Amino acid sequence: MAQPTKKLLNDRRKVVAEMLEGLVLANDGRIVKLPGHNAIVRTDLPDTKVGLLIGGGSGHEPLFHGFVGKNMGDGAACGQVFAAPSPDIIVAATKAVHRGKGVLFLYGNYAGDNMNFDMASEILIEDEGIDVRTVRITDDVAAAPPDRVHDRRGIAGDVYAIKITGGAATELDSFDEVERVARKTVANLRSMAVAVSAGSIPETGKLTFELADDEIEIGMGAHGEAGVYRQKLTSADLIADQMMEKILADLPFGRGDEVALMINNLGATTMMEMLIVNRRVRQICDREGIKVHRTDVGTWVTTQEMAGLSITLLKLDDELKHYLDLPAESLGYSRM
Amino acid sequence: MAETLDAAAVVAMLDAVAQAVVDQADVLTDADLAIGDGDHGTGMKRGFEAARAALKSSPTASIEDAFKAVGMAVLSETGGAAGAIFGTFFRAGGKALSGKELLDGAGFADLLESGLAAVLKRGGVTEGQKTIIDALAPAARAARADGGSLEGASAAAAQGALHGVEATKEMIATTGKARSLGERSLGHPDPGAISVSIILVAMRDFISGN
Repeated sequence: MAQPTKKLLNDRRKVVAEMLEGLVLANDGRIVKLPGHNAIVRTDLPDTKVGLLIGGGSGHEPLFHGFVGKNMGDGAACGQVFAAPSPDIIVAATKAVHRGKGVLFLYGNYAGDNMNFDMASEILIEDEGIDVRTVRITDDVAAAPPDRVHDRRGIAGDVYAIKITGGAATELDSFDEVERVARKTVANLRSMAVAVSAGSIPETGKLTFELADDEIEIGMGAHGEAGVYRQKLTSADLIADQMMEKILADLPFGRGDEVALMINNLGATTMMEMLIVNRRVRQICDREGIKVHRTDVGTWVTTQEMAGLSITLLKLDDELKHYLDLPAESLGYSRM
Repeated sequence: MAETLDAAAVVAMLDAVAQAVVDQADVLTDADLAIGDGDHGTGMKRGFEAARAALKSSPTASIEDAFKAVGMAVLSETGGAAGAIFGTFFRAGGKALSGKELLDGAGFADLLESGLAAVLKRGGVTEGQKTIIDALAPAARAARADGGSLEGASAAAAQGALHGVEATKEMIATTGKARSLGERSLGHPDPGAISVSIILVAMRDFISGN
């Protein structure tokens, strides 16, 4: 059997608990962990607002628990590594962020998350009388064809969905309106990832997939689920071309559109490579007459030490631009 | 060999079931690495270790409560799709045995059928999609068709689940994290289906005294 991958850990079974402890300390008092639950909540919540609860499996840091803060999530329910949080965590987190106007669940579309958040919804609506609604993020164009958007996963588009919905939930009093903005954002989001090498699960130290030294996988999922196709490693430009072709054709994006562009590191890719890909993506946008309103190049949605990156485009209108451009403050994503 | 199990024996059986899942966590991890994200083994181990602790803290539970205790522990501690599915299975299965002081062959079939119905509702899947349903559904049918003793029903269910695991090798995943593999999922059994077979084989072995 292969040696476990090298990571700086203590007890491999306690990675989530120890990570959350470190996360809280890194936020200098802006968030707390709920006693007895792997849930993170803002300390500066106003007395009344529409609540925004995000969450999902751990191991994708800074997603989701790193995105709790001003104009971002009000709280996050944190699962074990790559596993959805259980209903009791989600229920506790929802009650902690509820400020009388209902709570929107916003998370990536995975079977485990859907089942656990739905079970929590049923408990909260029936037993607690809290107005809970759900918007699932489905930006990964590699996961299913356009006629089965409901089968698509949430990947790096999570960041823009959380940022914009977080802003809307700060400024808008109406739950209906916040939900509408969240749905519009998800409808306008498209992403695709390419994996260059695998990440590993902390508890087992095993790689989540195997790729030959000269292979890449386009469309790889955030957990190392298989992608659309494997191929030989080619140039950054050719790979960016392949990914952008799929993304642009899907919405579709076209001449005159204004977008937010995110180049997201899956974990172990260098900023140098991401900037080289960004260069090509901008050449393509220029050629297609697509205006980039704002660019984010960095590390937000990861799979441990997986190497590779994702490209996300969000089609903007004035309303989405407004909420996207509000300042954000969280460990994982801050913008002035 | 036992014709029926009382509550104390059901607690002992569920403890043996949980031990079997914990013991075979590595098998589940490797099966999941082949077509999923590789966390099934660690999640099941975490949940069923919690189930053993829950059973230990309430040794005089009723049959219903014993199943529900396992379900709650697995739901909370396993997390993910597996936690929701196996937690739902044990909780709903236990509910079907409400008020029963003895578990017999008919009760065993009730347990599987009710657990199956709840999992189908929660997961929104059908047979043939390469999921735990493909082990659980044939197991439930086999237990009901056997129509006899607890030993016969549990043996039929275990056999049905094992056949179901084999059958999942020939299926293409159309749901869950293996979905994107498409035809590449062929030849690999579904990890969740393997978990069902481990659970039902452990029940059979306990009941038959092996």
